Amino acid sequence: MDVILFLAFAIIAVLCAINVVVQTHPISSAISLVGVMGSLAVLYLLLGAEFLAAAQVIVYAGAIMVLFVFVIMLLNAGSEGKKGRSLMAQLLGVPLLVAFLALMAYFVERLFPSTTMVHFGGFTGGGVKEIGRALFTTYLLPFEVTSVLILIAILGAIVLARKEMD
Amino acid sequence: MHLLNLDSFIVISVIKVVVVFAVLLTVLAYLQWVERKVIAHIQVRPGPYRVGPHGLLQPLADVIKLITKEDLIPPHVNKPLYILAPFLAITMALLSISVIPFGPKITVDGYATYMQLTDLNIGVLFVLAVSSIGVYGIALAGWSSNNKYSLLGGLRSSAQMISYELPMSLAIVAPLLISNTLSLRELVEKQSGGMWHWNILHGPFPQIFGFLIFMIAAFAETNRVPFDLPEAENELVAGFHTEYSSMKFASFFMAEYANMITVSCMATLLFLGGWVAPWPAKYGSSYVPVAIFAAAGLIALFHGFQSAHRRDRLSLPVVGVTFLICAAVFLLPMVQQWLLPLFWFCAKTGGILFAYIWIRGTLPRFRYDQLMGFTWKFLFPAAMLNLLVTGFLVALRP
Amino acid sequence: MLTQVPISWFLTLSAVLFALGVAGFLFRRSIITVFMSIELMLNAVNLSFITFSYHRQSIDGHLFAFFVMVVAAAEAAVGLAIILTIFKNRATLSIDEVDSMKN
Repeated sequence: MDVILFLAFAIIAVLCAINVVVQTHPISSAISLVGVMGSLAVLYLLLGAEFLAAAQVIVYAGAIMVLFVFVIMLLNAGSEGKKGRSLMAQLLGVPLLVAFLALMAYFVERLFPSTTMVHFGGFTGGGVKEIGRALFTTYLLPFEVTSVLILIAILGAIVLARKEMD
Repeated sequence: MHLLNLDSFIVISVIKVVVVFAVLLTVLAYLQWVERKVIAHIQVRPGPYRVGPHGLLQPLADVIKLITKEDLIPPHVNKPLYILAPFLAITMALLSISVIPFGPKITVDGYATYMQLTDLNIGVLFVLAVSSIGVYGIALAGWSSNNKYSLLGGLRSSAQMISYELPMSLAIVAPLLISNTLSLRELVEKQSGGMWHWNILHGPFPQIFGFLIFMIAAFAETNRVPFDLPEAENELVAGFHTEYSSMKFASFFMAEYANMITVSCMATLLFLGGWVAPWPAKYGSSYVPVAIFAAAGLIALFHGFQSAHRRDRLSLPVVGVTFLICAAVFLLPMVQQWLLPLFWFCAKTGGILFAYIWIRGTLPRFRYDQLMGFTWKFLFPAAMLNLLVTGFLVALRP
Repeated sequence: MLTQVPISWFLTLSAVLFALGVAGFLFRRSIITVFMSIELMLNAVNLSFITFSYHRQSIDGHLFAFFVMVVAAAEAAVGLAIILTIFKNRATLSIDEVDSMKN
C-alpha cells in the first residue's frame, strides 16, 4: 500500500517537474510546479512529517506560487521564443541529463544500502508539538533571525515595486 | 461489540461518505432557497413562491436549468486552464467537509464510530491548506477567460482572498492556544460542559474579538457581501465567471456556498463549542429542540387555519404537522444520543449562515481599495493584538 | 512487503527533481521559468532533509526544511519584485536581452 502510494505520487511529481521545464508558457509551468509541491506534500506525510506537509501546501503551494501566478498575470508574460539554440546542445542535452541522473541514482544506491525502510507510522515525532518545542528552544535564534529576514524582504519588495512619486 | 477490522472500516467509511455528501449537496441546494426567501422577506416581497409549495422545488428547477443549458466553451479561451479552474474550486470546497466533526462517538448496531469522516491531528491546518488551494480556481478562471473583465475580477478576488487569509489564520490560532490541540474533534471535546466552557466565553481571555475577526475575514474569504466587489454585477459584468455557462458556472456557485458552509462549521467548532449543548443535559437542555419544533409547528398550524390564500390553507398545516412529528422524534431515547448533538451543531451553524444571509440583505458593498485598506491597516493588527493578549494570558495561567 | 518503501527511493526521487531543476535553470530563457526551476531545486532539497530526518529519527531535518521554506518565501518575494522592475525598465522577460553590462 505504501509502495503504491509512493510510486503514484513520485511519478506525478516527476511528470509535473518535466512539464515545468518543457512548457513554453510560464503559467503552465507554474501550475505544474503546484502539482509537484502537492505530490511532495503527500510524500512528506508518508515520511511522518505532518506539520511540514501542511506547511508545504499552505506556504509553498498556497502563497508563494500564488505570488508567481499573480506576477505572470500582471506582466502578461507570453510564450518563449525558439531562437538561437545550437544543434549540439539539442542533441547532447537530454542524453547527458539522463546519464547524470543515472550516475546520481547509482551513487545513492551504493552509499545507502536499503536497510532503513519507510512505512507510514515509522516516525511519529513530526507533529506540531515536537516542532513547536524544538523551534522555540533549540532553534530560537534562527527563528528570530528569520523573522527579521522576512521583515527585510517585505521592505525590499515594497521599495522595489512601488510607483515613483512625482 | 464487533471488532473493527479493515473490511468493516471500509464499509462504514463508504456509508459515511455517501451520507455526508448526499446531505451536503441537498443543504447546498436548499441554502440557496433559504437565502432567496430571507432576502425577499427583508425586502418585503414573497420570494420564490410558485415552483412547488412556497418555492420548495425552486432549487430542483435551477439544477435542471443549469444542467440542460448549452455548455459552451468560447473559442478564445485557454482550454486546459478553463476546464481546470471550476474543477479546482469545487473539489477544494467539498474536500474540507471531510474533517468536520458533526457529533460525538456513536454506537450503531454494535459498531462504534465517530460522526466525522476522518480525524486528522492537523485538522485545522488541513482546512487552511485546502482553502489556500481554492484561490487558484478563481485566479485561473479569471486568466483563462481571455477577457479583461474576467482578468480584473479574478485578480481582485484572489488578492482579496489571500489578504484576508492572514487575519483569519491569526484569529484561528487564538482558540488553539486555549485548547492546545489542532485536531477538530479534540477541540470540541475540550469545550464540553456548557456555554461557559465554549471558547468564546471561556478561558483566560474570552474570544469574542477573535470570533468577530474570524467572521469578518470569513465573509471576505468567501466573497460575500459586503466584500463581493469582484463578482458584483454592476461593476465587472460578472467578475471571474463571466465566460462560464451551465455546469461550470454551477460549480463556482456551489463552491461559494460550500465554502460558506465550511467556514460556518469552522466558526462553530472553534468558538461556539461544536455539538456541545449550552447547558448540561441534566438541567433539561434535551427538551429545547422539542420545544422549538413544537412551537414552530403550532405557529404554522395557527397561521395555516387563518391564511388568506387557499393554497396556504393546505400547505401551512402540512408544514405544522411535520414540525410536530419532528418534535416527537426528539423524545425517542434511542435516537437522542446522536440526534441531539447533531441538532446543536446544525442550530449553531445555521445561525451563522442566517447571519451571512441577513448581512447580505442589509449592508452595501465596500469599494476595493477600502476593502484592502481595511484588512491591512485594521483587521490584521487587530488579529495580532488578540493573539498577543491571548498568548500572554494563557502563559500566565498556572 | 508492499507496505515498506526503501529509503534510497526517496533520495533518488530528490536527485531526479534536483537534476530537472538544474536543467530548467540552465536551458530556459524566460526569467520567471528560471526562477521556478530554482524553487523546484529547493523542494528537492527539502525532500532530502526530511528523508534523512526519518532515517535518524530526529526532528532537526524537519526544522531545517522549515527554514528553507521560509527563506524561499522571502527570496520569492524579493526576486519577483526585481523581475517586475526589470520588466518595467526593459520591457522584456528574456534573460538573453538583459545584457547591457556585458563587455
